[in-house]
Amino acid sequence: MNISMKTAINSSKPLYSLTIASENAVMVYFEQKMAADIAGLVQQAGPLIRRAMGPHLLELLPSYASVMVVFNPFSCDHFQAKQLLQQALSSLSASKQPVGRRIELPVYYSEQSGPDLALIAKTKQLSVAEVIQLHQQQVYRVYAIGFAPGFAYLGEVAEQLAMPRLQSPRARVPRGAVAIADRQTAVYPAVSPGGWNLIGLCPTPMFQPHNQPSMPVAVGDEVQFVAISKAEFLALGGQMGDEL
Amino acid sequence: MSHFAVLNPGVLSLIQDAGRFGQSQLGLTNGGPLDAGSARWANALLGNSSNASFIECSIGGLQLQAQCNTTLCVTGASLTLTVNGTAKAMWQSHSVKSGDIIELGMVSQGLRAYLAVAGGFNITPQFGSSATVMREGIGGLNQNGAKLQAGDKLPLTATATLPTRQLAAAMQPNFDFSNGLSLRLVEGYQHQLFSSVERQRFYLNTYTVTPKADRMGVKLSGPAISCSSTSLLSEGICYGAVQIPPDGQPIVLLNDRQTLGGYPKIGSVLSLDCWLLAQAPAGTQLQFVKTDPQQAHNALLLAQARYQRLLLSMASIKNPDGTADDN
Repeated sequence: MNISMKTAINSSKPLYSLTIASENAVMVYFEQKMAADIAGLVQQAGPLIRRAMGPHLLELLPSYASVMVVFNPFSCDHFQAKQLLQQALSSLSASKQPVGRRIELPVYYSEQSGPDLALIAKTKQLSVAEVIQLHQQQVYRVYAIGFAPGFAYLGEVAEQLAMPRLQSPRARVPRGAVAIADRQTAVYPAVSPGGWNLIGLCPTPMFQPHNQPSMPVAVGDEVQFVAISKAEFLALGGQMGDEL
Repeated sequence: MSHFAVLNPGVLSLIQDAGRFGQSQLGLTNGGPLDAGSARWANALLGNSSNASFIECSIGGLQLQAQCNTTLCVTGASLTLTVNGTAKAMWQSHSVKSGDIIELGMVSQGLRAYLAVAGGFNITPQFGSSATVMREGIGGLNQNGAKLQAGDKLPLTATATLPTRQLAAAMQPNFDFSNGLSLRLVEGYQHQLFSSVERQRFYLNTYTVTPKADRMGVKLSGPAISCSSTSLLSEGICYGAVQIPPDGQPIVLLNDRQTLGGYPKIGSVLSLDCWLLAQAPAGTQLQFVKTDPQQAHNALLLAQARYQRLLLSMASIKNPDGTADDN
């Protein structure tokens, strides 16, 4: 149910559409693709929506190409939400690309800390050093945060490194594991099951519930990985998981 | 320190409040009571704020010992509530004294019961809420997502005896699902990816609650629904969203759902009906009934007005001297 749109200049393609999600939730959809320009629109939309919805807003959840808006049904309804959102999003601009912060995350890449490095290298006919080089030369964008608290989906991984998820997920992926799945990469914020390919360990805590802020990154930020040695990893507080 | 000691947590007892909102951008889900309708009465019958912390006890078996004088109230799924072995009515406030043993039997109708104390349990909030989300390791007594265990001490503030308040039986929710359950659904999300034939199938058939039901959601079984697209970019999942995975069996997503997901969703169940679904045991037969957003909004406002009216009628019979009254 596309009930609203804003059109890019010199183009008939609307920048977004609004779709009802529930009794008190609306989806703002952008073109459904994983891409930096779409992520830029998502990032622009967040503060505009927050300002327009004001006290009616219960939840605002950006993702790859959408923003979920949940409002208080006792102070607002779908009719009003639609009006407020259309007004807020009228200033969206495809040419205005907000730049998030650039965050560097250190990674200890090795076959000890990244048990799937060798498999990726073999599958992609690269050397392990080339795999590491390809992973850290890219500047990634935080497309979404979810799955688990602090789990940030970063894209896009160089096409030569795109590896499907493991056939059978590991029962236990260590905290700080740097991983690849298809054209996405992430750092596991805590020990959890996981099916991504592990290539290294990051000593930076990705989710600290007792700290403020609890996460080093937010949706829209840029992330660059920087290779460090084992000694540096340990000096930064990293711990080698014995389960690797 | 004034507290309740947990003698036996029963099957699954969790500290909850109204839920954790506005933190989904960190990946944190809402939590909160599965049957918010019953939970709010537990607080309201004690005059608590609607966000006071209470216990959600699933299936039953919770045993507590009061270590101070206070007033408590149990609502939700039907079970036998006793204080020192004497049966007490649910949906009614009861004063307890230090040393009293409070026991919740096993549920006979419904699945989740709510125990609140006057003033609420004093639990340090995490990200603005005491709600326990085990999967995330967030919230609860020790801010680590742990369920209640024997030996836990639940702090509270001792209070003088409150006047007895109760919710009349006719006003209590009905958890007898032997005649089935209907879930009102607001169409939304990717509903256009479901053909009219698939949507007819979805509304005309009966689905059954499976044992794969927990705080994250309820998996149903019935005629499979197919969708023209199976892979979507992950997007926000709201409370009540009905997700159709590749096997075509719907999942209604509840309080502890993951915040993002990539399966197609046909719409979302009305919150008022999600509360009942969370009380429905495996084997319950249900049907989806399409409702539009305006009707859904009206239903919410009517339910809220009814709740407020009942609350007001109780306030008017409150005894100022604190003695028990006869309502």
